Amino acid sequence: MGKVWKYGHDIDTDAIIPARYMNRSEPEHLAAHCMEDADVTFAQEVKAGDVIVGGKNFGCGSSREHAPIAIKAAGVKVVIAESYARIFYRNALNIGMPILECPEAVVGTEAGDEVEVDLKSGKIDNKTKKTTFQAKPFPPFMQELIDAGGLIPYVKEKKKNA
Amino acid sequence: MNPFGKADFGFGHEKEEIGTKHGSRITRFRAFSVIEILKQSGNVRQIGPPEFCDQRPRMVQANPCAISPGECREAIREKGRLLLMGMTISEKILAAHAGLDSVVPGEIINAKLDLVLANDVTGPVAIQEFGKLGIDQVYDKERVTLVPDHFTPNKDIASAEQSKILRDFAKKMGIKNYWDVGRVGIEHCLLPEQGLVLPGDLIIGADSHTCTYGALGAFATGVGSTDCAAGMATGEAWFRVPESLKFVFHGSKFQPWVGGKDLILYIIGKIGVDGARYKAMEFTGDGIRSLSMDNRLTISNMAIEAGAKAGIIEPDEITLAYVKARAKRDYKVYKSDPDASYEKIYEFNSEDIPLQVAFPHLPENTKSVDEASGLKIDQVVIGSCTNGRLEDLEIAAKILKGKKIHPEIRCLVFPGTQDILLEAMRRGWIETMIQAGAAVSTPTCGPCLGGHMGILAKGERALSTTNRNFVGRMGHPQSEVYLCNPAVAAASAVRGEIVHPREVVNNG
Ligand code: SF4
Repeated sequence: MGKVWKYGHDIDTDAIIPARYMNRSEPEHLAAHCMEDADVTFAQEVKAGDVIVGGKNFGCGSSREHAPIAIKAAGVKVVIAESYARIFYRNALNIGMPILECPEAVVGTEAGDEVEVDLKSGKIDNKTKKTTFQAKPFPPFMQELIDAGGLIPYVKEKKKNA
Repeated sequence: MNPFGKADFGFGHEKEEIGTKHGSRITRFRAFSVIEILKQSGNVRQIGPPEFCDQRPRMVQANPCAISPGECREAIREKGRLLLMGMTISEKILAAHAGLDSVVPGEIINAKLDLVLANDVTGPVAIQEFGKLGIDQVYDKERVTLVPDHFTPNKDIASAEQSKILRDFAKKMGIKNYWDVGRVGIEHCLLPEQGLVLPGDLIIGADSHTCTYGALGAFATGVGSTDCAAGMATGEAWFRVPESLKFVFHGSKFQPWVGGKDLILYIIGKIGVDGARYKAMEFTGDGIRSLSMDNRLTISNMAIEAGAKAGIIEPDEITLAYVKARAKRDYKVYKSDPDASYEKIYEFNSEDIPLQVAFPHLPENTKSVDEASGLKIDQVVIGSCTNGRLEDLEIAAKILKGKKIHPEIRCLVFPGTQDILLEAMRRGWIETMIQAGAAVSTPTCGPCLGGHMGILAKGERALSTTNRNFVGRMGHPQSEVYLCNPAVAAASAVRGEIVHPREVVNNG
């Protein structure tokens, strides 16, 4: 179970991890500044297992993989959004940061709600509001990537079999 | 609505006017699809039977079929052609690199890459991921390129360490196209200039503005470090074939001082920062064809600011003249078929587009310069991968000639590459700028991403020719960035507030 951190539409990668901190790339360093320009309390108070809920176009802007890395290293279990910016979507799947697309859950969830998310089935259970939501399934190829644990293990496996 | 997403066989068009906006017609072309027809008949779960897919064998792999060949054939007989549909330039490039005759939007393909790039921010992470693959060489030493441009010349110890990772890797792998300080430029200015990105190429770069190369008729898209690592290792990447959106500019006459930057800001203002999310934007019309390469590169550069995967322009004589002088390998010119399918077509009259200013904190917050007029600013930035090319400097120099930067303004100029800087110097433009009171820097991303060399304090306001105005992009989270073209930037630097260039240039 995790607490919800809720943000609006078009949360950009400069908000997730400002470029001024990207002179280093260690995950812990990035986590310490995660969401800083959108919400200064986040990095200090986020707990392992918490959930970020965003609106549409989450992760727009730069291609920096530092963004999903920062979120993952901050202990966030899953990001739920109405939709994702293209590169963020790829990056999150590639590094094994779970993300779900579920507009209904975004509308039906408030900051501070306690939610339980089953990543396998995509079921989102809002314990505070006693409601459940079903996230969209991934296309088969994406699911294969996710099951492999990200792009690097996937490519490694493919190279081995080639 | 088609429940199968866009992964269908379009085979006809229905033109539909969906309204007018600011005098510009917006039409949508709806592609019929066999799926839609078959769906109405009831029992379709997936796309096309193998018999029909002989020209598209991978469709069978990507979308195994669940309808009977008879039903499919029947639908096609009824509605005309199915397999001979035209393709967009983006679809053609993707198909060619995947070894296929054709592709359709929604299809997932694996394709060969002509170039893979990373910079000093994304490169170290990519190199770390590359290491996990247990491979000791990149797929091609000529086609993997590393450009340390963001925090260089290194601003501190941490960024020096990052650059060192890049430098050491380049050396170890024997990477041919690596440049260090003194030769390096901003990646998206440098690679086209060096003839490393060419028409018809398929390119991924661990930098979101990789889409810049679309201006040359290449399909180029930004990815993250892990995709980049896999690309460096295998020379391949997976793609979801995007739907295409067409943006047509009618008329080769523009308002004075209007350039590529205004056209792309205008589009983003209309469709929003996710208006082209996951799609390929295609810019066309005699308006686009009348533009120089520098202006076209500016347009494609900001396709990502509308969420697009690519921002592509068909090559023409202007493109080929630019490329011929630079290319060191073969390239291929692709053009969209007249019957290619677009998800939407936007049409604009070139002459209607006024000078644009994008207000904080999203590039879609555009207004005409007259609406922004009088807004006090503290800093003006001219340069970056959006507007750091020779013509941009020329425009700025023209406006600054014989004038002084307003005493309360810091005006920073960042040429895109050493060659651009040198040429601007030869033509006297750098001298003009320095005499006007501007600071001219060595090529670097610098303040564009709030990295170094021109960071804003709390409450300060910058007018910039860069491409993003997110919260904190150029410094303190409570500073502001306004985006515009080089003419507006230079004129405003003189006036000390945002102003139309005609106010500063007597004969403008
Ligand atoms: S100039 Fe700015 S937008 Fe362009 S590559 Fe550098 S940081 Fe990115």
